[in-house]
Amino acid sequence: MDRASIDETIRNLIEPFNKKLVAITDATTFANDLEFDSLTVMDFVAAIEDEFDIIISMNQQAEIENFGQLIDAVVKIQGA
Amino acid sequence: MNEVTSVDTGDLFSKFDDLIQTRETLLSSGIEDPYNLVMEKVLSPTRAICNGRDTILLGTYNYMGMTFDPDVIEAGKDALEKFGSGTTGSRVLNGTYQGHKDCEDALIEFYGMDHAMVFATGYQANLGIISTIAGKGDYVVLDIDSHASIWDGCAMGNAEIVPFKHNDVEAMEKRLRRIPEGAKTLVVLEGVYSMLGDVAPLKEMVRIAKEHGAMVLVDEAHSMGFIGENGRGVCEEQGVMDDCDFIIGTFSKSVGTVGGFCVSNHPKFEIMRLVCRPYVFTASLPPSVVATAATSIRKLQHGSNKRAHLWENSKRLHAGLLDLGFSLGTDTPQSAIVAVIMPDLTQGAMMWEALLKEGLYVNLARPPATPANMTLLRCSLCAEHSAEEVETILGMFERAGKKVGII
Repeated sequence: MDRASIDETIRNLIEPFNKKLVAITDATTFANDLEFDSLTVMDFVAAIEDEFDIIISMNQQAEIENFGQLIDAVVKIQGA
Repeated sequence: MNEVTSVDTGDLFSKFDDLIQTRETLLSSGIEDPYNLVMEKVLSPTRAICNGRDTILLGTYNYMGMTFDPDVIEAGKDALEKFGSGTTGSRVLNGTYQGHKDCEDALIEFYGMDHAMVFATGYQANLGIISTIAGKGDYVVLDIDSHASIWDGCAMGNAEIVPFKHNDVEAMEKRLRRIPEGAKTLVVLEGVYSMLGDVAPLKEMVRIAKEHGAMVLVDEAHSMGFIGENGRGVCEEQGVMDDCDFIIGTFSKSVGTVGGFCVSNHPKFEIMRLVCRPYVFTASLPPSVVATAATSIRKLQHGSNKRAHLWENSKRLHAGLLDLGFSLGTDTPQSAIVAVIMPDLTQGAMMWEALLKEGLYVNLARPPATPANMTLLRCSLCAEHSAEEVETILGMFERAGKKVGII
């Protein structure tokens, strides 16, 4: 899957978690802009993991602050 | 030289400002500080004078009431006189006395396992074992509601950390399936989760972990002495003792003193004593502590009557609180912990104080220690609570709950 389709898939996955309907760009942060708490993060990460059949470990999650970084990480994990 | 300006730019403590503010707001309402209780006198495993009041203790984890057992106290006094007040040394240097070996022997007998290693606390046992065996490049798969000591062990070890939804067998299996071929994995589970008092489906989880070639560590801190025919914990009750690579436990709950341990059948386990830093780089437990622990552990093996009475207490309290209209952490009584869910922190703190004024101590548990940002009044029962005391406790909950407006 290329970056564009990964981006599109994750945009769809984030919808139920984007309660405040924040407009999502690569720079949108999960903690500040989307106000995700730790439980939301866990459910959202699980949704992505199930969709792509991958693991995003806590160590990898710690490096991801915004939407663009998430897409990059999934692209990288997929390619690995 | 420039003068120091008086502008408050903050320092390393600035990160605690929000917490300080929350606390000040709560205490300014005149409420007693739930985290600053002093027990002036301890009368028994179930009674103390707290902030000047005669109080029933319902939040101590003293499940089997061993803290005032005459044999336990005698063993402690004897060791204190014969071996002194402390060892002043690491287990690997001058800190291993006959009592430490005897305590490890008591654990080997209790669990029927080959090896036992005693740590200064249960926290250090998890910290030490997990961080030492799961290093860079290894994987740790763990329940999201795991105890702080497990998370800290993960952080210290540098392994890839993969959490799964609480007690969700399928979520655990999916993650195990996705771990790269050849990577070594540790699955970390708890028998009883202390916040809600619920039990893990260890039978399935341990089987699946083994099918995926993982090693399994189970923390039985809240089940030792009480759950299982011989009090070995949820692993025993669900018949998976033999498939567990490591069982972690504590002396600060049913055993009634302080300390932690790991038991294992792994043939190379003894090397842990040389490579596990939280074991090596700290002084060993005082002789009196290991003597009381060993005596208590041996008595717990034969504690089936107490176990039966504790189950009765847990069932009665759980049913009684449900009847009163409280919402609880579990639908059924699963352990000696009954968690009462509060609407929010303010009402939780008010309820906690109302209970204290009635003469009842419970734990006020709040985020981030609790799952799903819940505020809980956590009750832990003791085998020494009489049936009448449990009825008294229910009466206190009814009056306090009505006063605060929760029921």
